[in-house]
Amino acid sequence: MSARSFLIWRGDADGGRHARYELEVQTGMVVLDAVLAIQRSTAPDLAVRWNCKAAKCGSCAAEVNGRPRLMCKTPLDTLPEDVPITVEPMRAFPIIRDLVTDVSWNYEVNKRIPPFTPKPDADWSIGQEDVDRMEEFRKCIECFLCQDVCHVLRDHRLQSQYFGPRFMVRVASLEMHPLDTLDRRELLAGDGGIGLCNITKCCGDVCPEHIKITDNAIIPLKERVVDRLYDPVAIAVRSFRRRLPLQLR
Amino acid sequence: MAVEHELHDYDVLVIGAGGAGLRAAIAASAQGARTALVCKSLLGKAHTVMAEGGVAAALGNVAPEDRWQVHFQDTLFGGKYLNNWRMAELHAKEAPDRVRELEQWGGVFDRTPDRKMSQRAFGGHTYRRLVHIGDRTGLELIRTLQDKAVHQGIDVFMECTVTRLLKDGDRVCGAFAYRRATGEYAVFTARSVVMATGGGGKCWRITSNSWECTADGHALGYEAGAELVDMEFVQFHPTGMVWPPGVVGLLVTEAVRGEGGILQNADGERFMERYDPKRMELSTRDVVSRAIYTEVQEGRGTPHGGVFLDVTHLPAETVRKKLPSMYDQFMELAGVDITKEPMEVGPTCHYFMGGMRVDADSGATTVPGLYGAGECTGGMNGANRLGGNSLSDLLVFGRRAGEGAAAYAGSAPAPAVDEEQVDGAAEEMTGYLSGPGSEDPYALHADLQEVMQMKVGIFRDRDGLASALESLEWLEERAAHLRAPSGGKAFNPGWHTCRDVRNMLTVSEAVTRAALMREESRGAHSRLDFPQYDDDWGRHNVVVHRDGASMVVERRPAVTRDELMELVEERREAEAR
Repeated sequence: MSARSFLIWRGDADGGRHARYELEVQTGMVVLDAVLAIQRSTAPDLAVRWNCKAAKCGSCAAEVNGRPRLMCKTPLDTLPEDVPITVEPMRAFPIIRDLVTDVSWNYEVNKRIPPFTPKPDADWSIGQEDVDRMEEFRKCIECFLCQDVCHVLRDHRLQSQYFGPRFMVRVASLEMHPLDTLDRRELLAGDGGIGLCNITKCCGDVCPEHIKITDNAIIPLKERVVDRLYDPVAIAVRSFRRRLPLQLR
Repeated sequence: MAVEHELHDYDVLVIGAGGAGLRAAIAASAQGARTALVCKSLLGKAHTVMAEGGVAAALGNVAPEDRWQVHFQDTLFGGKYLNNWRMAELHAKEAPDRVRELEQWGGVFDRTPDRKMSQRAFGGHTYRRLVHIGDRTGLELIRTLQDKAVHQGIDVFMECTVTRLLKDGDRVCGAFAYRRATGEYAVFTARSVVMATGGGGKCWRITSNSWECTADGHALGYEAGAELVDMEFVQFHPTGMVWPPGVVGLLVTEAVRGEGGILQNADGERFMERYDPKRMELSTRDVVSRAIYTEVQEGRGTPHGGVFLDVTHLPAETVRKKLPSMYDQFMELAGVDITKEPMEVGPTCHYFMGGMRVDADSGATTVPGLYGAGECTGGMNGANRLGGNSLSDLLVFGRRAGEGAAAYAGSAPAPAVDEEQVDGAAEEMTGYLSGPGSEDPYALHADLQEVMQMKVGIFRDRDGLASALESLEWLEERAAHLRAPSGGKAFNPGWHTCRDVRNMLTVSEAVTRAALMREESRGAHSRLDFPQYDDDWGRHNVVVHRDGASMVVERRPAVTRDELMELVEERREAEAR
């Protein structure tokens, strides 16, 4: 047991401040353990969102010592001992209370992405290599830390123009499904705002699932969008095919 | 005086957005019912995401000889023949279609070399039967259902907690809820309601369950008059983490053993040889849990009070590929590289076999208008659930309950709201903020967990259970004075906990009373004072229901089925040999 100090942001949409708490901590405790211990002892109304405490649900996203992290996956002994540990809500989303933010915008974005649409006559024969490629994107736990750190959303507040890294990952998982039939590239270039990403790769750095968001999702999608929308050869071919009778296309 | 509240009206209201609730909502909506889905957390965060190993379905992709009859037999053997036979039959027959359907909705699962869904071995399953993706199958399932649901036009009310069911005479006709963010009240009226709230592991101190597993559906159903069945059967998963302190109870998937993990005590002995030499590590969960508990009690435990679970003999690449989240979990939370060192594990409260008694075909509870699916219902799993059968259970019976509720809604009259009930529900919640009480909900919860952990655990006896009942009575008295220690209605976890604790107290009492009544040992229920099977008890369930203010516990004949008798007898004889 040893004592650690915490500076936890307390407040709501109208403003707030850091409150200081002292806590006796045990070996192996994570930040979420400490926050819940403080809640049980000295701050019973401290608002925090969490579910599984096992890094599987992505509910307890916050900013620990200024860095977007899952509280349940951040052991206290990985943080400097000589300064208080700061715990703050994610900045890219509106505050509800204390460490809880309003992430509902993400759910609205998801509704705008056309879902998986298989070939009508699909035989459901899929190879492990296809699964391995999609798996990286399917393991996203929707903690929205990538959305939080994305400067397009965090600093420029362009939620109305860019879906954010999480949904680039979502689209990548759909686009790479071997049996999906839709083409979401115009959506990406338009409402999705993929062009706003200037590949600083911060999103992948904070991903608790270690998804290489920029390299494996965003850049390949950008390339596809360019191929589809700006490649003069592709445009010519498409235009030519459109003039052909249906059976020859 | 009527309190201020939102008002929403639907044909079908589904409470809970784990796998069962999502599947029920999809089914109800597909029948044309205007459907609402209400959940305590954000969408996609329900406890289903914690399911790791897989979903059991006799597809026969890996073992062509597998068929529904064997899955049915395995399920009954695992449940010690106390399952509702009809439920086990429907489950075994329909699970393959439900899994294929998931794939058609975009779910992605690991493959066989011939490009079919792969299947892995699991405890109690005769053949390799669990469709999976790595060790995060639950996430895949919930994400697939979530996307299906939102694109099907189902209205989702996130972070909205139901505190009471509303009734119109005998019939359930809606629910009272509060919004977690604001504390505002909401009334949902519906022609039928599907309860899909999961389990109540949070009644115990050491549990794999997340904060929201507070047995809400069990308690609200009970309050509304529904019968609960098999409540004495609470599954302790054999392998939870035992160290460090912050993660005690955290699940270590059975897939670790399915992929070849070995259990050893501190003396290096592969002790399962003494408990189930035939199935070893892949014995049923009740047997493995008792074995681990016994090893530790008898002094052969590890430094942190568990046993060793070892995969270091497997290629490191296989471990990282097949068990990626276990690798991360131990590396990041315990500083243990499981490809080089053994894990330390011990039993953790995991799953309620018991719940609302439902009609197998429609999911109807004993209360008109109230349906149920998944962990908050009982019958499917009998005295012990096999790993992998919960994900298939919630798909099969989620769909059936959704369709059942939609059919009922189609012929039921419009619901009438009784303002008195609404006022009563609002007064209860407001009382936790402004009433005269001073009982701390966190302290009360911790005391409840200690009682259940010490007295209603893996091994039970009459004295311990009777003493637990006395303790519960004392906790109930304290609960009358519950009050949020501080704060207002806006996202106040102290306030939320007041209501959650009430549900957990009710359900803990049901578990304890049922455990006291069943004077035998069977499946997950082990009585030190009645260590043997009792044939007569093997033909009976314990049913709990409300009579006025008191809890009634009854013995009822179990649900069997003549046309399945041959299959059951065949298995009994095979096991006896």
